[in-house]
Amino acid sequence: MIQRSAICAASLLLLAFTSGPPDTELRLCLRSEPRTFDPLLVEDESSETIRYLTSGVLVRLNRATQQVEPELATSWKILDGGRRIDFQLRPGVRFSDGSPFTAVDVAYTIRRVIDPNVHASIGDGFRTGDGSVRTVVRSPESISVIFPAPFALLPTIFDQLAIVPANAPAGEKAVLGPFMVADYKAGNYVLLRRNPNYWRRDEAGHPLPYIGSVRLLIQQNRDLELMRFRRGEIDMISKLDPELFDRIAPESHGRARDAGPGLDSVVFWFNQSQAAPIPEWKKRWYTSAAFRRAVSMGINRADLCRLVWRGHAVPAAGPVSPANRAWVNGAIKPDAYSPAAATASLERDGFHLKGGTLYDRDGHAVEISLISNAGNPLHERAMAMIRQDLAKIGIRVTIVVLDFPSVIERITRTFDYEACLLPMLPELDPQTQQNMWLSAGENHPWNPAEKSPATAWEAEVDRLMRAQAADTNQQKRKAAFDRVQQILAEQQPMICLVHPDVLLVTGPRVRNAAPAIIRPQLLWNADRLQVAP
Amino acid sequence: MNRWIRRTALVLLALLAIAAVVSLWLPGSAAVQYRDAIDAVPSARFPLGTDELGRDRLAQLLCGIRISFLLAPAAALFSTLIAALIGGTAGWCGGRIEWLFMVVADVFVSLPWLFLLITVRAILPLDVSAAVSIVVTFLLLGILGWAAPARVVRARARAIRQSEYVLYARACGAGRARLFVRQLIPDLRSILAAQFWICLPVYVISEANLGLLGLGVTDPLVSLGGMVRALQSQTAFFARPWILAPAAVLVLAPACLHFARLGEDRAS
Repeated sequence: MIQRSAICAASLLLLAFTSGPPDTELRLCLRSEPRTFDPLLVEDESSETIRYLTSGVLVRLNRATQQVEPELATSWKILDGGRRIDFQLRPGVRFSDGSPFTAVDVAYTIRRVIDPNVHASIGDGFRTGDGSVRTVVRSPESISVIFPAPFALLPTIFDQLAIVPANAPAGEKAVLGPFMVADYKAGNYVLLRRNPNYWRRDEAGHPLPYIGSVRLLIQQNRDLELMRFRRGEIDMISKLDPELFDRIAPESHGRARDAGPGLDSVVFWFNQSQAAPIPEWKKRWYTSAAFRRAVSMGINRADLCRLVWRGHAVPAAGPVSPANRAWVNGAIKPDAYSPAAATASLERDGFHLKGGTLYDRDGHAVEISLISNAGNPLHERAMAMIRQDLAKIGIRVTIVVLDFPSVIERITRTFDYEACLLPMLPELDPQTQQNMWLSAGENHPWNPAEKSPATAWEAEVDRLMRAQAADTNQQKRKAAFDRVQQILAEQQPMICLVHPDVLLVTGPRVRNAAPAIIRPQLLWNADRLQVAP
Repeated sequence: MNRWIRRTALVLLALLAIAAVVSLWLPGSAAVQYRDAIDAVPSARFPLGTDELGRDRLAQLLCGIRISFLLAPAAALFSTLIAALIGGTAGWCGGRIEWLFMVVADVFVSLPWLFLLITVRAILPLDVSAAVSIVVTFLLLGILGWAAPARVVRARARAIRQSEYVLYARACGAGRARLFVRQLIPDLRSILAAQFWICLPVYVISEANLGLLGLGVTDPLVSLGGMVRALQSQTAFFARPWILAPAAVLVLAPACLHFARLGEDRAS
């Protein structure tokens, strides 16, 4: 009887410890259903948020300073010209089920990630050159990871590698992050509870996280999300539309914040694929750098920022946002809006304006169709403005809004489109964008998977991107990528329009929020967030 | 009282029609962006204010009325004619023809029309103008919408075929073709009119639904559905009630059609 009572008491204590007081629950919305809870298979934003909150990583990119910081690894050393990295692991760390964390877990995680049968999205990032990544476990607290070729992304890539347990009794449910998945109701919510074995403590030695649980409510409608925030049902929104931000800002007592331009860009590009089923004369327009530059000059980016993004965006000079402090080429400025200069440039390229319509040298009226995905009012407004701006230089634009799969089908498979407007969501390091900038890349937007570079400038971009990928000298990499940005600004294969600001709001209960422009903007320091009762 | 309501409904419909047509000759366009006057409140220059890109809301509303209330009746007429042909033939002939036609109707009723519309929209050539695109959309609505009215027409046609007066006419030597023209078509006229009036608001709302999904009319044209999208920001209309105008028209016009039809039915 005494033994049973003791077990009950211990269980209650454990429950109280792991769940935390009910009023320290942080509530926020996910915009979509998480597609997976396996941290190695994450591809969507909701799953990524859950991975960030539940997983432990060897190093963490500090979202505020953009510097890599120790996490489960206390130190690391890059050796053999960038082919090898040695990690010293943090001692005494335990998974949420109590099993110890060792170098064997790191080796197991890397083996799983590079296994082609697992289809881990992060696996591509680990494949450099011929051959595969090897690990050497030197002791329970030290491991070497050896790459077949010099790898520029060290150690940043380990920010996304969630360590999974090799031998934990709870299997892969055991986590190293501040929270663990406690409950999931499809279409309703994901409940995360505090990990009782989380390794980090605050400066005073108190265990982190402060919050007892995080309830992630699945809510696609942004207006309903705002309504729930106003009612106090959720505590924060990390990605507000400009209109909603302007509406909530006056009543938020300074808790709605414009964190400045994010890493994302809104871009549009002309289809330069020779396989495209579009007339030959249109292909000649789209492969003309002068035509593309004129179009860029004919678009009023300042008005786009002011009207569509209501002042919460900055004109884009190129695909790299000024928020990416380490990699942006600050010497490049956005094209100034000048219909006169655009017209002059077009005339030099053989076009002529007649009766308000632009004609090419063969007498074809310049008419282009611009596609984008349905359901994004900001993009639809941007296209309406582009239509009116380009009409001033005689170009007639037909706007076509399609469902998202149709857009992807056209830009990646059939190439049956003329111009496309979409957002670009890059990571910080250019190494992660190889698939986009290399002419052979599947995601090379204007002409995917070229067998050989179609132009001299694309060949130069290929050379520079490969050079920076194989170099571990940060200055040399930056110089190479600066030149890439310069070429892109001169050639305008992708006309970058704006970098939207990161707009967010926190409720009155939340303490220690430190908004950042990199995902997850409000949750990156989740272990230090506090929720007032 | 009913007559008064019907007259009011007819007057309102006439006013909407006149405004939509007269606006064709007014200066300015629904697509012109007055970028120095965004989100303007109602004024003499812009009686319904402007939207977030500085487009005149009144001009947009009139353009939306023109598109929605010219193309929706055309689509409704198209549906009704197909329903008359298929439902009337099925009910009048009976037997295997009736069975076959009704199987086809069942298939059409069970089609996921929204996905079909999205698919057709996706395979349209990209350089077709916004006007052609919206005509195709309404045409599809018309083509897809005949099945339900056809069932009603079929039931009525069968009842006529089995009626005593038709039996008497046949006994007197009247041929099938003569009966079809002299008996069936006049008898179906009221039911076809009713189906037309039922289809009309359905198609207006269907286009609005496509507009809500962002797959309706695109710039430079505008539809009522597209304008109603602005109301998705559910609290915006407390601050700017005039943006409710397209929603009001969307409710008012079908209601007026209903009352006008109600009066017509009673008169007949």
